Amino acid sequence: MAANYSVLLVAALIVLSLPVLTLFVLAPLVRASRPNKVKLEPYECGVPASSFAFDHRFSVRYFLIAVLFIIFDVETVFLFPWAIRFKQLGWFGAVEMAVFLAILLVGYFYAWKRKVLTWV
Amino acid sequence: MTWNDVVFLLPEIIISIGASLLLLAPVVGWRQRETSAKWSMLILLGITALTVIGCSYWVQEIPQSRSLAGMFALDGFAIFFKLIFITAIAMITLLSDDFLRESRYSVWEYYSLLGFALCGMMFMVSGMSLISIYIGLELMSLSSYILAGFFKNEEKSTEAAMKYFVLGAVSSGILLYGISLIYGVCGSLNLLDIGRALSTIITNDALMFGVMLLGAGLCFKMAAVPFHVWTPDVYEGAPTPITAFLSTASKAAAFSIFARIFYLALHDFQLDWSNVLATISALSMVLGNLAAITQDNVKRMLAYSSIAHAGYALLGIISLNSLGLRGVLIYSLVYVFANLGIWATVLMLRRHEYGGERVDDFEGLSRRAPFWAFAMVIFLLSLGGIPPTAGFIGKYFLFAAAIQAGFGWLAILAVLMSAVSMFYYLRLVVAMYLREGREADVAITRPLQIVAATCLIITLLLGIYPTPLINQATESSRWIGARAAIIPHAGR
Amino acid sequence: MLNHLWLIPALPLLGFLLNGLFGKRLGNGFVSLVGPLSSFLSAVAGTVAVLQYHHQYPNGDRHVDVVYNWISSGGVGADLAFQLDPLSIVMLLVVTWVGFLIHLYSVGYMAHEEGYWRYFSYLNLFLAEMLVLVLGSSYLVMFVGWEGVGLCSYLLIGFYYDKDFAVAAGKKAFVVNRIGDFGFLVAMFLMFAYFGTVDFAKVSQIASGGVEPGLVTAICLLLFLGATGKSAQIPLYVWLPDAMAGPTPVSALIHAATMVTAGVYMIARPNALYRLAPDALMVVAIIGALTAIFAATIGIRQNDIKKVLAYSTVSQLGFMFIGVGVGAFTAGIFHLITHAFFKACLFLGSGSVIHAMSGEQDIRRMGGLWKKIPITAWTFLIATIAIAGFPPLSGFFSKDEILASALANPYFPDLGVWIWAIGTVAALFTAFYMFRLFFLTFGGSFRGTQEQEHHLHESPWTMTVPLVVLAAGSILGGALTVNHFLEHWLELPTFEVSPARAWLAMIASTIVAILGTWFAYALFGRRGLAADERFERRAPAVARTLENKYYVDEFYDEALVTPLERFSRFLWRGIDALIDGILALGGYVVAAVGDLLRFLQTGNVRNYALMFFVGVIVFIWIFA
Repeated sequence: MAANYSVLLVAALIVLSLPVLTLFVLAPLVRASRPNKVKLEPYECGVPASSFAFDHRFSVRYFLIAVLFIIFDVETVFLFPWAIRFKQLGWFGAVEMAVFLAILLVGYFYAWKRKVLTWV
Repeated sequence: MTWNDVVFLLPEIIISIGASLLLLAPVVGWRQRETSAKWSMLILLGITALTVIGCSYWVQEIPQSRSLAGMFALDGFAIFFKLIFITAIAMITLLSDDFLRESRYSVWEYYSLLGFALCGMMFMVSGMSLISIYIGLELMSLSSYILAGFFKNEEKSTEAAMKYFVLGAVSSGILLYGISLIYGVCGSLNLLDIGRALSTIITNDALMFGVMLLGAGLCFKMAAVPFHVWTPDVYEGAPTPITAFLSTASKAAAFSIFARIFYLALHDFQLDWSNVLATISALSMVLGNLAAITQDNVKRMLAYSSIAHAGYALLGIISLNSLGLRGVLIYSLVYVFANLGIWATVLMLRRHEYGGERVDDFEGLSRRAPFWAFAMVIFLLSLGGIPPTAGFIGKYFLFAAAIQAGFGWLAILAVLMSAVSMFYYLRLVVAMYLREGREADVAITRPLQIVAATCLIITLLLGIYPTPLINQATESSRWIGARAAIIPHAGR
Repeated sequence: MLNHLWLIPALPLLGFLLNGLFGKRLGNGFVSLVGPLSSFLSAVAGTVAVLQYHHQYPNGDRHVDVVYNWISSGGVGADLAFQLDPLSIVMLLVVTWVGFLIHLYSVGYMAHEEGYWRYFSYLNLFLAEMLVLVLGSSYLVMFVGWEGVGLCSYLLIGFYYDKDFAVAAGKKAFVVNRIGDFGFLVAMFLMFAYFGTVDFAKVSQIASGGVEPGLVTAICLLLFLGATGKSAQIPLYVWLPDAMAGPTPVSALIHAATMVTAGVYMIARPNALYRLAPDALMVVAIIGALTAIFAATIGIRQNDIKKVLAYSTVSQLGFMFIGVGVGAFTAGIFHLITHAFFKACLFLGSGSVIHAMSGEQDIRRMGGLWKKIPITAWTFLIATIAIAGFPPLSGFFSKDEILASALANPYFPDLGVWIWAIGTVAALFTAFYMFRLFFLTFGGSFRGTQEQEHHLHESPWTMTVPLVVLAAGSILGGALTVNHFLEHWLELPTFEVSPARAWLAMIASTIVAILGTWFAYALFGRRGLAADERFERRAPAVARTLENKYYVDEFYDEALVTPLERFSRFLWRGIDALIDGILALGGYVVAAVGDLLRFLQTGNVRNYALMFFVGVIVFIWIFA
């Protein structure tokens, strides 16, 4: 078993070592390195970072929003293939997707009414 | 999916719509109407039960009983378990009534989560494909995690939920890994296809590994040794009605799905796993029963007892014969009702926040509430497997199945361990009958009485006249039995 | 009646329900009516059934009355059925009538007790379960009764729940019995697995049709394990002496006359199996003989009137097991019957004494009761003579038949002599300790307190009538052996005892009875307690060992109970804690890794990428 995959392993090593070599070995060797504070910030967007990720606590609301976002985001994944086959699926498909959306709406409605969406 | 499928799924559809409505009720201003929450839940369960019964007649009329492209079966086995689940959840609803009223938590969400858990269990027990089974299992598990931590301001409850969630997530991962390996080898997730593939494939390591991981994941759900560690802590920490749920309905669901997967998919693959499962069964019986002896907390004691019962139930699965399959059905039913009766009695004893949790709390119950003490004795005898209670019938089938399958040593160990189990069940009887009670402090409410009385009737009636149950189990196991190539009435 | 055999156990069951549900509310009058009446009706029903049976089956065939199909399912079917045949008739009559007498006695004895209704409901339930045990037509139905009587016995032993030792004794009884039940259950599963049935007749039939001898021996030994639990034989006898913590009528009914003899019934019932397994028979006989002498020697040094009788019961049960063990099933059952009479009489007599002594049980504080409570004293004396084995009282005939059969048995003749010898010595001790008890209790002068003496009184008629009836039974019970009546009627397998051996055994029995009595009289009749003190001075080690019952309880505690508890603790404190610890360790590791990760989480995307690649490589390397 190991023999069969050893080729794959070698290939993987070569493939993987390319970016590693370029990013971490070659690049530092050839590039000019003149760092300053602004350059080292995670997001060079001009807004100064209020703190480091180390010692900052996030409000639980971020997570709630994030979870809600993922749920509604995944919803669209189902919508695309459905949209492509819409005609073939016919009325049944339409009703089914309506049911699916209704279920999500229940959750949305619940979250809304429990004031998850309001930022205090 | 066709309209036909909708009929098949009707019970699940109804319960999920109902559970969603229960979730919406508090946010449209019904938060304070707690009594209506209970009644809505009960009505919902009633409608679901009627639908299941209706569907079972429908299934008899049309020969093909599978739908969703073979992923979902509405056979007798599934209907049997669905009705057990619905009844158990209805009883847990009754058990929760007073418990929740004293707390500050919202009942609507609680019942909604119970509803979703029920939906998961019902979907799971009908699963004919590993993936549909997994989805049902996750729906049930996720709801249970939240329910275990439902009393979020209580440290014990939160801790229980956290442990349950983390370990449950790990076990789900293991389960999925096992499923993926089996899929890799067999090329299908459908139980029947896997069964067919296994009869032609030569056993290899990947398959063995996959089956073992699958078994480990399932063992976690049914709390068998060595995947049991979460049980005592979670049972102790969770709100008592939820402990009742975890130890009855949830556990029966694990039994059912274990049986379905192994009987349908792995029957040609028996020898490789049956010895491993036999060891797990033996360990569960020994550790569960012996560790329960020294527990002073009733919830922990029952947790260890439930570990032991998982060991007994495994007997029916590894024996892989008609007796064993029927044994799992019968045992699940008698186990669920004997346990629910015990929990009802435990809840009667709530004198303060954690009342009824220590063995001492039972002292003098026979004088404070003679009838319920008597009922408790019957439940304990049933768990101990002493005739003429229903527990004996269940054990009779399981042990006989094990002997028939050539697991004589395991059956003897099981008999020995059920003798040991009487040691600690007896502690409660001693406390109730032979100790002077402190001040009368029981809260015997109507819902608890209904649950305990129903369980008492079921436990006694099925012990004295088990024929209907046995016939029903034979009937219900016919479809799976035929496909697992075990002929009903294979006994001598 | 024959087609309604279920009525016989159902009547006391009804009594149990009435007393249990309404007894507390309706008061003692109601309970005193329902309790004895239900047992009386059951006794009458049983007797009617027996007469009808006798009419219908003059040949002593088996009559089976199927109530309904209990477990109906292909291979594991079993009926709830009751049967009548000579053996169950004997048990039925003993259980119902002795049971009724003791119910009657209890009305007087328990009159002032708290929980009167509770007592009678348990007692009725016991009777119902005992009847299920003896009337059941299969091992399974018998097992139902077997478990039921165990439960009742346990509840009744712990009846005085305010006394800690009573509770402990009840628990001990139940736990020890569970060990025996394990044997019974496994035997039953073996029968099911190999014979496919648990019906008495069918099992015997299949086994006789030729099966592996090892299997039959195993089944027999497992059944005997069950019997040692219920009938208090070595090594499981320890619960019976403690069981005396229960009310005295309970000791008489359950722990002398009926329940404890269930083990003997359990050997006599499948006698066809046992005859196929001589090894098992030998084990039964040896255990019986050892128990008989072991318990008899302990009886010599006990001072609690009920404890003496308890050890005597253990010893007498040993005799019964010698009987069935040597293949003389009739003799064993015969002794069971006579023992039921004289031991019930002795226990009820002791109850009457305790009643008169205002609850005192220590014979060292009694004495001189002969004149004060004459009816009790006379009946007690008759029963003592009977158990000591003087002809022509009942005990002599039954015991002698057992010993003669031991001498003459065809299964293991060499060993038989030894068993006879041990049995005869045990009989000597029996006569000795019984008369010691008698002389210390009734002879000499009163040694109790003034108050007790002032309070001495004979018991009410509900208590003395049963005593007289039982004493009469103890005298006349021997008549059953006239013309080999019992033997012909029971039709159990038997063998010839040559006249020479029969005479030898009879003469030896008579001599030891006289000797034992003489010793007891010479020591305790003349000197009273001083004899005990002299024994202590002369052989202190022996005296102490006997007084402490050979330290068996202590040994069991140290060797079994404590290690089991330790193991249990180890399992949940040790193993579970270990796994918990590993998980906790896992938690620490995760936390540590989390700290590390937080450090790595510098926000530099290139570092994330590096970690990702390293992770993938490690993963592939491990699994490739």
